[in-house]
Amino acid sequence: MNKKSSEKAAGDWLRERLRATEPPADGELRGDLWPRMLERIAEASRGRELRPSPVRVPWFDWALIGLAAAALLFFPALVPALLYHF
Amino acid sequence: MDLLERFLAGDSDAFEGLFRERQGEVYRWIVRIVRDPAAAEDLTVETLWRLYQSRGRLDPVGNCAGWLRRVATNLAIDHLRRARPSDPLSIEPPGRAEPDCAVQQQERAAIRAAVAELPPRLRIVVRLGLIEDEPYATIAESLGISAGAVKLRMFRALRILRKKLEQRGVRP
Repeated sequence: MNKKSSEKAAGDWLRERLRATEPPADGELRGDLWPRMLERIAEASRGRELRPSPVRVPWFDWALIGLAAAALLFFPALVPALLYHF
Repeated sequence: MDLLERFLAGDSDAFEGLFRERQGEVYRWIVRIVRDPAAAEDLTVETLWRLYQSRGRLDPVGNCAGWLRRVATNLAIDHLRRARPSDPLSIEPPGRAEPDCAVQQQERAAIRAAVAELPPRLRIVVRLGLIEDEPYATIAESLGISAGAVKLRMFRALRILRKKLEQRGVRP
């Protein structure tokens, strides 16, 4: 018997033993899982209600804050002028 | 318009129908991998929960069954990683009532232990490919790898299994 056919025979033997030890799982669902999903959805919506909604800042506000920070960084002389106005 | 299209279009009521339509198929896929009905039920709910959460990102004309299988497979792999190798199998072979001879029992215990010791990514290929006879293309799609990579994993898994069984005195 050559190496290839002996390897195939060993593979077939292993497959047969595996199937005897762990037979194919033909399990059907024991019941409807929808009630569990409903609980999951309800939990998630409760969590959303309890959690404070994050403050949404428009992108142009972030851009203005960035520009102001950059201006103060590159032109520190603006700081006393701004403080004067506050 | 089918249930998936309706759900993806924003009809939340369609999700119940979609869930009931897909739960059996998702469960059967997962239980083949984890071989524990209770865990498979939990993972089925988790898989379909991911579908519920992804409704804004899914492609209505895409392969929903394939997407679900991929998510289910990833969750099942995570479960196998978390589960201890000594966890008993929940699905017992048929005809268990008949007493096995001591040699057969020893051999089965050795095979079970050897399979449990395989890394999850190899164990999944052995269970789906060798035991469940799933086509390599389906396994590849569910793992997000090529069919060639599945073949390679199968080859490595069989080599490791044979070595482990030989160490336990089980050989063809």
